Amino acid sequence: MGILEVKGINKRFGGLQALGDVNLSVAENTTHAIIGPNGAGKSTLLNVLVGKLIPDSGSVMFDGQSVLGRKPHEINQMGISRVFQTPEIFSDLSVFENVMIPCFAKRDGAFRMHAIESIFAERGIQEQADAILADVNMLEKKDMIASSLSRGDKRRLEMAMCLVQDPKLLLLDEPTAGMARADTENTINLLKEIRQKRGITMAIIEHDMNVVFSLAERITVLAQGTPLVEDTPDNIKGHPKVREAYLGEAQV
Amino acid sequence: MLGLEKKDFRLLLIVIGLTMLAPFILNPFPEGSEMAQFNAGYPDLMQRFVIFGIFAIGFNILFGLTGYLSFGHAAFLGAGSYAAVWMFKLLSMNVLPAIALSVLIAGLFSLIIGYVSLRRSGIYFSILTLAFAQMSFALAYSVLTPITGGETGLQLALDDPRIFGASQTATGNIPVPALFGLEMRASYEFSIGNWLFTFNAGYYLAAIFLIGSFYLAIRIFRSPFGMMLRAIKSNQTRMSYTGLNARPYTLAAFVISGMYAGLAGGLMASMDPLAGAERMQWTASGEVVLMTILGGAGTLIGPVLGAGMIKYFENIFSKINDTILHGWFAFLPDGLENFVVAIIHPFIGKGWHLTLGLVFMLVVIFLPGGLVQGGQKIAAMFQRKKPEDAKSKATEPAE
Repeated sequence: MGILEVKGINKRFGGLQALGDVNLSVAENTTHAIIGPNGAGKSTLLNVLVGKLIPDSGSVMFDGQSVLGRKPHEINQMGISRVFQTPEIFSDLSVFENVMIPCFAKRDGAFRMHAIESIFAERGIQEQADAILADVNMLEKKDMIASSLSRGDKRRLEMAMCLVQDPKLLLLDEPTAGMARADTENTINLLKEIRQKRGITMAIIEHDMNVVFSLAERITVLAQGTPLVEDTPDNIKGHPKVREAYLGEAQV
Repeated sequence: MLGLEKKDFRLLLIVIGLTMLAPFILNPFPEGSEMAQFNAGYPDLMQRFVIFGIFAIGFNILFGLTGYLSFGHAAFLGAGSYAAVWMFKLLSMNVLPAIALSVLIAGLFSLIIGYVSLRRSGIYFSILTLAFAQMSFALAYSVLTPITGGETGLQLALDDPRIFGASQTATGNIPVPALFGLEMRASYEFSIGNWLFTFNAGYYLAAIFLIGSFYLAIRIFRSPFGMMLRAIKSNQTRMSYTGLNARPYTLAAFVISGMYAGLAGGLMASMDPLAGAERMQWTASGEVVLMTILGGAGTLIGPVLGAGMIKYFENIFSKINDTILHGWFAFLPDGLENFVVAIIHPFIGKGWHLTLGLVFMLVVIFLPGGLVQGGQKIAAMFQRKKPEDAKSKATEPAE
């Protein structure tokens, strides 16, 4: 029984069957990659997992509880954090404030009326924020406004914001999309480090095969909204059906 | 100090100093001099400065922090005024219960309007609040006449059934609002040479409320709650994927700013116990938007400066007429004098809106951060000049 159990998900947009009978099981303490050609339904699946889309049928269980019908902030409070394709950060706020906000969300829940207390008095939260910034090597940038960061730093900041909540499952939507080679390498190393140090379960949607094969422990190949095969990276590499549906296309 | 950082505490001290010494600061010119018409140190105008300052501070908590632009905040100010006048009519002429009820009523009113309007954001939110405010205005103007006095407005009468206190004074007049016997209109005049300074009880009461409101606003700005509000303005997607529910945060900000508006309305009625529907009209809602943007949305002191500036223009520029202009330009040859007066004519008197509009356009175009940004630029210019001899490697160019 995995921490995330997806059973028989169907989603139709007008005439398009975006997801057809998707089953997926993400085991605890693994890195699970979901790959597939463009239009395979990867993003649709991810949006179902975080509560942005409601499927026509099927069930999504996380840690023994149903995710369906819950709002994104409720799903986050259950322990699922998401990293976006383009980093979603609080651009107008400082780096330090960016990481303090998830700390408050973790401690105080979805809403708390703490309008009179001073941020400067929140020692515990500040220490937490400092620690995570040190972990991602951004401590010296803590007073910068987030919008002035480089793209790579924005990605790292977003990662830090997710990690500081200590999620049970980290969803990554093409974390290296549009990155330069060096940045991609850095991100891979950062994710490997997170995996080793924190033992967080990760589900990655990725296009870049290099990234997938250097990180994933299990891979699910999605094609035309249906899972084609699920296996270890080594077996996926040689799988004829996968070559046909995905790798073949990529090699052209 | 008082739970504030050093910088914020200094700002609070400046505001305390400015409000307490306002009768001196606003009356720099001696009585009877040419410039005396630029004096703003008379009770009526000073009261307006601080009351609209409170209104703008509250509006800024919503607009400046969350970015939700409400076009209906005057409705809460109006509701507060009506509530206060009813307290005067029914309970007592003491201003404190009246002000307390206006804050409460405005809070409840904003809870209802906010709950519905905050289902949408951006322009739709603005339109919803505008629609609600105009509905309130229409109701107050006609349908609810028994409660609001309709076109004539709600006034005190000689036969008000006041529970505590008499319906009439011994001389047969309507009693005036007071704070435990201290009448709001009571003034103490103090003159040195040709200078005349007026200290008005109502003004000082309103000023104390302004200081309290300002202090509370600083605390909110520096609280985790305030940070969440800024996060909402910055990125709502990340907000919800961080496990935070934006709706109650925005609703709380909306109600707080509505209560500030109610306080302003209650104070307005305490200075002059009548309330009219026009206080709820959309122009009044637009005015507080102008004040906040002119002063600097999202800054602490900006809204107070903006409110002061607009009220100064409204009351001082509108009083300048052609005769005064002719007096100023009498030194010019006749033809030229008439020409200059004709040029300036549209910008003064009833044309003060034109001057204000120009100032507003200049500020928005050149100082998007409002008057506060202007002040910062000037300060930066001075700071750049000073350390030129010293090593100033850290100083970045201001522009």
